[in-house]
Amino acid sequence: MTGATLRHTAWILRGNPLTAIAAAGVVLLILIAVFGPQIVPFDPIASNVSQALMPPSAAHLAGTDQLGRDTFSRLIVATRLDLVIAVSAVGISFVLGAVIGAFCGYSGGRLDRTVGRFVDVMMAFPLFVLAMAMVAALGNRVENIVIATAVINLPFYIRFARAEVNIRRNLGWVEAARASGESHISVVLRFLLPNVLPAMAVQMSLNLGWAILNAAGLSFIGLGVKPPTPEWGIMVAEGARFISTGRWWLVAFPGLALMLAVLCFNLLGDGMRDILDPRMRT
Amino acid sequence: MKSFGATMIWAGRRFLSSMPALFGVLVFTFLLMRVLPGDPAVFFASGPNAGKEEIAVIRKQMGLDKPIPSQLLLYLHDVGRGNLGRSIMTGQPVTTDLRDRLPASLELTLTALLIALVSAIPLGVLAALKPGSVIDHGVRLFCALGVCVPTFVSGLLLIYVFYYLLGVAPDPTGRLDVFTSLPPSRTGFLMIDFLLAGDIDGWWAGFRQLILPALTMALFVVAPLARITRASMLVSLGSDFVRTARSVGLSWWRIVVTYALRNAILPVITIAGIVFSTMLGANVLVEKVYSWPGVASYALDALLSSDYAPVQGFVLLMASVFVVVNLLVDILYGIADPRVSIG
Repeated sequence: MTGATLRHTAWILRGNPLTAIAAAGVVLLILIAVFGPQIVPFDPIASNVSQALMPPSAAHLAGTDQLGRDTFSRLIVATRLDLVIAVSAVGISFVLGAVIGAFCGYSGGRLDRTVGRFVDVMMAFPLFVLAMAMVAALGNRVENIVIATAVINLPFYIRFARAEVNIRRNLGWVEAARASGESHISVVLRFLLPNVLPAMAVQMSLNLGWAILNAAGLSFIGLGVKPPTPEWGIMVAEGARFISTGRWWLVAFPGLALMLAVLCFNLLGDGMRDILDPRMRT
Repeated sequence: MKSFGATMIWAGRRFLSSMPALFGVLVFTFLLMRVLPGDPAVFFASGPNAGKEEIAVIRKQMGLDKPIPSQLLLYLHDVGRGNLGRSIMTGQPVTTDLRDRLPASLELTLTALLIALVSAIPLGVLAALKPGSVIDHGVRLFCALGVCVPTFVSGLLLIYVFYYLLGVAPDPTGRLDVFTSLPPSRTGFLMIDFLLAGDIDGWWAGFRQLILPALTMALFVVAPLARITRASMLVSLGSDFVRTARSVGLSWWRIVVTYALRNAILPVITIAGIVFSTMLGANVLVEKVYSWPGVASYALDALLSSDYAPVQGFVLLMASVFVVVNLLVDILYGIADPRVSIG
């Protein structure tokens, strides 16, 4: 990134304080994900039964769970897993969806119709239920949560990329690329795709929040991540047993972590969309 | 305005055109469930130490020894006759199980949608009337936060506040507490059945169980509805016909509700349709939190014990509901705005 681009970005962020805060939040999340395990005060999976179910205190900022594990440390360590699941799922569906959608939008015809049908069928599913069924079918593992989340996101990216490429396929500069002897594949990959990427990046940021909620929902119902691995969804599920006896911190803090993460990604996505296309502002 | 008959013919045609998608759903679920780990024949057998021969006999009875394509044909034939197979968990036909549990899910989802619409539309209208005001920013903040809190967290926190702290909500398990007897079942919707039976105490008991899960689900979907109402009202309020209505001195209520809102309602209907199908998925989480005896928790239990038939039946049911809801949205569109051609 050159100095001018950096200065321009800084100028945009000064005009959109909320977006700047969201961007800072995302950076902070990434830092926590990378350095989390090094900075936590307690071992996230070491149990200490004498300290079980303690409310938040100076030693245990977010209290302790039924095995006396420090909730705050578990929250911090869980950040990496939650982000990795969401980012890799969205990454996979972004890449696949962009390529498939771009070729469909460019070529039209039978390929476009077949894929269109397939996307329609997928959208007719209750998506969360589809993800549940896929994780159960492929095996109850973290990789399969990633695959399931990627698959249920895929139709949106295919549609988006298809529509964006379709309106550009007959523009002058595309004709020019074809006329100068570029192959169809090269026109799609080197000319059309780079042009739709900014719009898709916005979609990706908005989608990350949704992916985080989905993955946490799956582990909440007992699919994917297994205890004692710290993960926000499963921490809520474990804390759920103690909510009707008033142990609020076991649900409230993982819930807060989920909320803040999703909020940051959503605000960043909204902000980026406003910057790219001010007409979309609502 | 088209005649009623023409609308019905059009609706029928729309319904037929969604059949390929439903068929795709059917085949897709069938294949997906066949990859599931676990052998259902072993579940059906007498116990964990059932003999090999016994299991082989059951496999034959269930048609599991045939190749996958003929199993699929068999399955399609059964579905065509309204037979969705038998659940291993409950030992009942899946159709019976789903019929017993669907009203619980629908009652919950529809109540939640009603709560969401009743709160989102006024919020959106208020925000649009004074853009940039405190109300507007408040609504925006509420919407931004609303979509970020997972339903299972907000559900549990509502239980904490209303059951543990305030003690006003009943024990959050099921549709009815153990002290209240069920009303004679006419519609399956407890709220309606109690009213039909004239049992006000029963109605209140059922209502107290229903309100928290419905509120949980509503909280999650108020945001998209309020947002779209606001955006659509802004366009409508800035239009020429509203300016004209103002200039001839019509009352504030008449301008906002009759003129502006009626014209702004179309996008809200579309989003409400999408929201409804999201809620069908979110049902799984809410029903689990509140031990609600609906179709989603039934399918989840079946899924976790490798019981194919209920999951297939559930997905097919959800996809059908989705198709019907989309159809309803299209018809409502025509009613709300006669300009929309439904030919």
